[in-house]
Amino acid sequence: MDVLTPTTLVEALRLKAEHPDAWAIQGGTDLMVALNFDRARPERVLNLNEVRELRGFTRQNGSLRLASGLTYAEIEHGELRDELPALAEASRTVGSPQIRNRGTIGGNLGTASPAGDAIPPLAVERAEVECASVRGTRRVPVTDFITGVKRNALEQDELITAVWLSPSRAPQTFMKIGPRNAMVIAVVSLAVAADDELRACFGSAAPRPVLVTAPRDEASSFPERVAEAAAPIDDVRGSERYRRHALRVLTERALKRVLA
Amino acid sequence: MTQAVRQLQVGRVGELVPRVDAPPKVKGEFAYASDLVVPGMLWGHTLRSPWSHARIVSIDISEAVSMPGVHAVLTHDDVPGQKTYGLEFPDQPVLAIDRVLYYGEPVALVAAEHPEQARRAADRIRVEYEPLEPVADMERALDSPDLHPEKPTRGHGYREDDRANVVRHLVIRHGDPDAEGDVSVSGYYEVGSQDQAFLGPESGLAVPDGEGGVDIYVATQWLHVDRAQVAPCLDLPLEQVRIHLAGVGGAFGGREDLSMQIHGALLALHTSRPVKIVYDREESFTGHVHRHPARMWCEHRARRDGKLVNVRFRILLDGGAYASSSTAVASNAASFALGPYESPNALIESTAVYTNNPPCGAMRGFGAVQTCFAAEAQMDRLAAALGIDPVELRLLNALKPGDVLPTGQAITGSMPVAECIRAAAALAPPAPEPLPRDVIRLPGGAGNTTNGDGVRRGVGFAVGFKNIAYSEGFDDYCAARVRLSPDAWAEVHCAAAEVGQGVTGVILQVARTELGIDDVRLAPGQTATVESAGSASASRMTWMAAGAVRDACRAALEEQARRPGEEVDVERIYRHPRTTPLDPETGQITGERAHVAFATCAMKVVTEVDVDLGLTRVVWIGAAQDVGRAVNPQQVEGQIEGGTAQGLGLALMEEIQTRDGLITNASFTDYLIPTALDMPPVESVLIEDPEPDAPYGVKGVGEPPTVVSSAAIASALRDATGRELTRIPVRPDDICL
Amino acid sequence: MRVSLTINGERHEADCWEGESLLFALREKLGFPGSKNACEQGECGSCSVLYDGTLVCACLVLAAQADGHEVTTVEGLAEGEELHPVQQAFVDAGAVQCGFCTPGLVVATADLLRRSPDPSDDEIREALSGNLCRCTGYAKIFDAVRAAARS
Repeated sequence: MDVLTPTTLVEALRLKAEHPDAWAIQGGTDLMVALNFDRARPERVLNLNEVRELRGFTRQNGSLRLASGLTYAEIEHGELRDELPALAEASRTVGSPQIRNRGTIGGNLGTASPAGDAIPPLAVERAEVECASVRGTRRVPVTDFITGVKRNALEQDELITAVWLSPSRAPQTFMKIGPRNAMVIAVVSLAVAADDELRACFGSAAPRPVLVTAPRDEASSFPERVAEAAAPIDDVRGSERYRRHALRVLTERALKRVLA
Repeated sequence: MTQAVRQLQVGRVGELVPRVDAPPKVKGEFAYASDLVVPGMLWGHTLRSPWSHARIVSIDISEAVSMPGVHAVLTHDDVPGQKTYGLEFPDQPVLAIDRVLYYGEPVALVAAEHPEQARRAADRIRVEYEPLEPVADMERALDSPDLHPEKPTRGHGYREDDRANVVRHLVIRHGDPDAEGDVSVSGYYEVGSQDQAFLGPESGLAVPDGEGGVDIYVATQWLHVDRAQVAPCLDLPLEQVRIHLAGVGGAFGGREDLSMQIHGALLALHTSRPVKIVYDREESFTGHVHRHPARMWCEHRARRDGKLVNVRFRILLDGGAYASSSTAVASNAASFALGPYESPNALIESTAVYTNNPPCGAMRGFGAVQTCFAAEAQMDRLAAALGIDPVELRLLNALKPGDVLPTGQAITGSMPVAECIRAAAALAPPAPEPLPRDVIRLPGGAGNTTNGDGVRRGVGFAVGFKNIAYSEGFDDYCAARVRLSPDAWAEVHCAAAEVGQGVTGVILQVARTELGIDDVRLAPGQTATVESAGSASASRMTWMAAGAVRDACRAALEEQARRPGEEVDVERIYRHPRTTPLDPETGQITGERAHVAFATCAMKVVTEVDVDLGLTRVVWIGAAQDVGRAVNPQQVEGQIEGGTAQGLGLALMEEIQTRDGLITNASFTDYLIPTALDMPPVESVLIEDPEPDAPYGVKGVGEPPTVVSSAAIASALRDATGRELTRIPVRPDDICL
Repeated sequence: MRVSLTINGERHEADCWEGESLLFALREKLGFPGSKNACEQGECGSCSVLYDGTLVCACLVLAAQADGHEVTTVEGLAEGEELHPVQQAFVDAGAVQCGFCTPGLVVATADLLRRSPDPSDDEIREALSGNLCRCTGYAKIFDAVRAAARS
């Protein structure tokens, strides 16, 4: 095993082009579990911790550019909280304070777990993922970026460098169900936003995120529509029936919050 | 919740004393078993079965032995002595021979310079398995092929039972088992398998002594019984195997059985190098026995006024692949099936079976947890059927000294059940907190799932009890040795395992009290310098260590009086009142008692439940526990709070899930234990009613809160939801679907 | 590979296998076994350390990532024989039983009190929700945190 540690984005992209098999590691909250439990032995690991360009966030022409190394703690406690309230609420539900200090939105997208907590709130804000390589940069909507369970649209030589979005300023919320009151993987989660339309996206209820939309005046049928759009399964964390039921309840409650 | 910091005292019995092991623990200097490092040390690794039931066709280690850094690859062929071991019955192979009976069963061992080299070598061990149909359901076990046709538990005085896969079948007949009451309530209940989930994974270091013997530094609950199992497998005399207590990161029953002891010693003796083995969390789920999953069928018959007339109780326990302590768990489940209530008639049947599920054995509460859940649900049902207040119904039936247990044993010692019930019932829970609140004080917690929608409050009550110390004739003793100097210091030797429960403090407090001096040290626990202390389990260690240390101190003082000015060194063995086995046909006592003594805990619980989502929050717990006499009140409260938390876990979230015997949630990501946001404040009342047979009147305190809290929480959830909730852990589905 | 880092204010170096976590390196290579190996998947907090001043699980940091960085472990809190106020409060409150979770909790509490010297009960619970304790039921840990905040 080899650890490559670039200090600039240019160097990182060059290394990724040279070693497309290299696994990117940022906060380590997913990859380290795989290493510690002998579930993965990548030939090479690309350590992105030292790449300054992947930190923090910037504003450009009314848009927000969240660098892929932005941590949940930064979202939860920083100034983004007011602009991206659902993402901030989601960040508060991620793992433990220790995990939130290290885990990043780029990592959440890279892992592409159906339970990824950042994904539903980013989806309802119609965020786009910036994928970069030595060949250039492209943007992919979050809902298209995740292509399946732990699969994403990243090309072999690409890195996730940022997430772009224009904050809707819509009333929005995020909710997550787990079997205990802190530190859980979502049994099911949901983000809902309401401006001139209703938007919802769920976690742990389908192989990939689905953005469900409806006109505002269809709020009464929206919970059913959200539950219908899901394709949940039975697994160790919850049952298919419960997940669908919970999505209806959560959507009703979320609408109460965002339409109040 | 307790008062923040109270006045700490020097350390006699009954005083509030800071733990001597606390300063090194808060500094990170306390040496746990996994912290040990010696020069030249190798890393051991265990290759485990991926199947729950399979025949082993062949094992080929040729490729593995030539891997880089590898010093040894061992299989059952390399076990020089007895090929099997076991806590009570040697039915478990040191390394699998021609078959595996559970997922994670050890098959081969590797020692290498680095753990990664050991893992890579283990990958290259070629084991050819022929998978067999697993016996995965405890109810079908009796009609399935016999996993242990040699019947390892037969011939130990238990009831003869020729059915397949019976570990033990026990029947207790008390009075007229057909007696009718005015009212009858029936129910079927299930309890899932709980993991001890101690935070310090199984670990140890084996060091060859260069003369054929071995020193094993290990986190265990009982040094001498480890030695008794390890030595025959190594084909060594006892004195060539020295077990030393390394720092223990929690135990809760899960370290009664062996984990790495024989394996580490085999590798160390084979390589002539020290060998360290540290399980990871996933391995830990297969590395120790668990709490037995249970199915229970109950019928309670009572008079119109609420007095119990007859209780009929059938218990089925899944013992998993090997016997471990299943025979005793089956007996305990039966002995305490009624709860701390008097009934003139009872018919109790308890069966533990072998399956291809993970082996089960000791865990805090030891059979009484499962039956308490069912029995207390029945008491609530009976109260509802009779229209009697549930607390009044319990008081009406509460056991007291002089009453007779279903086994025919008369209660001669302390049994303040009614006092516990009254004290817990008198505790006033906090008033409902107004909305809005921060989500972390609502069901669903940080998940932000409700602002108060769907939330209902419920209050529950339950009482639980169990035995202190081993039962049914098990010769249960504890040794202590005291070196007393004329210069007013003393050194105590006692092999009682400090597993976090605070027995070190008990030993020091007793020695200071008896010797009247403050300068008392406890020598490191090991097998070579003192006789057995018995196990740090069954809520027995405080009582037994206190007795042994007291006797040794008194003997030392007498000896010193005979030889003034000289250092004296005496060892004494303490025994509790003797017990005898239960009659195999009737389940009745064959002497004065089958159990030594009993301890009770009554608990009131307030929960809030989001009934639409099935999410819960325990708001407050009040406990009143019969503790005999509190040696150190701060530590006793700690046992009540911690024991309650483990019962909360079982009630709400903890279950080892299996599919065809394979564990599907062997991680702390999917096997969840309570966090700081899940535990409510626990208000505890200590009922001090000294046990006449015990030194200083003490009782064990570790288990009663765990026995009762699952039942009490389930009772509160029923109150909030109106649902039957006959299975723990309660799943969201059970509440809202 | 050679990893060089500052631990508790002093420079240390070790040869590590590339797949090793910072936790393994601290415990087995660098002589700092105070951080504990309870879950190695970021679910228990027993290995909590300050990494460039931020509270993290050492098991989820690749040792190679720590090269050139600063780590404070539980061993770095006490001043000689004098316990850190958080450590003293844990001893006095009876917040320690088996103690395997204690180093992580002590580090997490010190981090909390540095950021928030007078935390509310909710703040304490949420800040420590990533540190599992299997023995105490947390009550006496909360007592210790409140006492440490007062001291």
